[in-house]
Amino acid sequence: MAIAPKTAIAGMTMTDKPQPEMVRVSTMMPPGHIRTPAYLRGKIGEIERTLGPFHNPEQLAYGVPADKLPLHRVRFTMSEVWGADAENPDDLIEAEIFAHWLTPLEAH
Amino acid sequence: MPHDHDHDHNHDVPHSHEGMSSSGHPYRADQDQPLTYWQNMEIAMRELLIEKGVTTELEVMHTIDQMDSRSPADGAKVVARAWCDPDFRARLMADASEASREMGFDIGALKLIAVENTADIHNVIVCTLCSCYPRNLLGFPPDWYKQRAYRARVVKTPRAVLREFGLELPDDVTVRVHDSTADMRYIVIPARPQGTENLDETALAALVSRDSMIGVARAASPE
Repeated sequence: MAIAPKTAIAGMTMTDKPQPEMVRVSTMMPPGHIRTPAYLRGKIGEIERTLGPFHNPEQLAYGVPADKLPLHRVRFTMSEVWGADAENPDDLIEAEIFAHWLTPLEAH
Repeated sequence: MPHDHDHDHNHDVPHSHEGMSSSGHPYRADQDQPLTYWQNMEIAMRELLIEKGVTTELEVMHTIDQMDSRSPADGAKVVARAWCDPDFRARLMADASEASREMGFDIGALKLIAVENTADIHNVIVCTLCSCYPRNLLGFPPDWYKQRAYRARVVKTPRAVLREFGLELPDDVTVRVHDSTADMRYIVIPARPQGTENLDETALAALVSRDSMIGVARAASPE
């Protein structure tokens, strides 16, 4: 998959393979108008691209002032999302997830 | 899934066909029941907006007409242009909304991402949370796109779902499922079929179906 990450990593030389930025989706289950699908909560993926900033739909839906947040497209493998039940472990699911749902993983 | 609606109809059990069309489908019932809460709310809101001069009946009708005039044929023209013009293709992959506007399509505030099928990648689009679809370019989504069966199954067993549409993918092709969860909408740029080197953009666009732009079909081969 030849999709370059958005930002270069400090100290990287031209010959280093860019490291994807890995993130984990929060497991929180708040009530309300939530655009993070439950099947992706707690899962680890890589940032495919970053979009926005867009207004937080969780606030927009209630007519309160809405923060503008980065919206990340996160790419997950089927094996990460479905475990042993994956139809084909290397197939991919990508979804748009607002920044406040994502925690960066330590460098790996 | 050529038959894209539920058939709650069992011919093993004797039953009356009164109220059925000649093809065996029930007629749509007359809407004699009282308005629901939300129907009342919509009518009240619309009448207030008109009364206060925010919009007019004509503007409402014009917007509906404009929505009805959009169709997959518009998206097919975008795909055919991308097949023929490498510079346009690059602009489309960078910003599909701007590239669509450049072709003259009035897509409003639609924020569109184009994803491209190649020899190694097959893309398919879904909205698991509701029914997000690039309506401002492609018009209304097919009924199956909005149903729970498609939405739940295509993220878990996309290959099985695509097989039901008649699309068998080799094991060495990666399936990339895109869940339209937030602000963006998606269009699949299907692979250009073989044997189309001599076709012009108009002839190429005729090969691009709605389903191929959702990713549940390939572009058709020329006759």
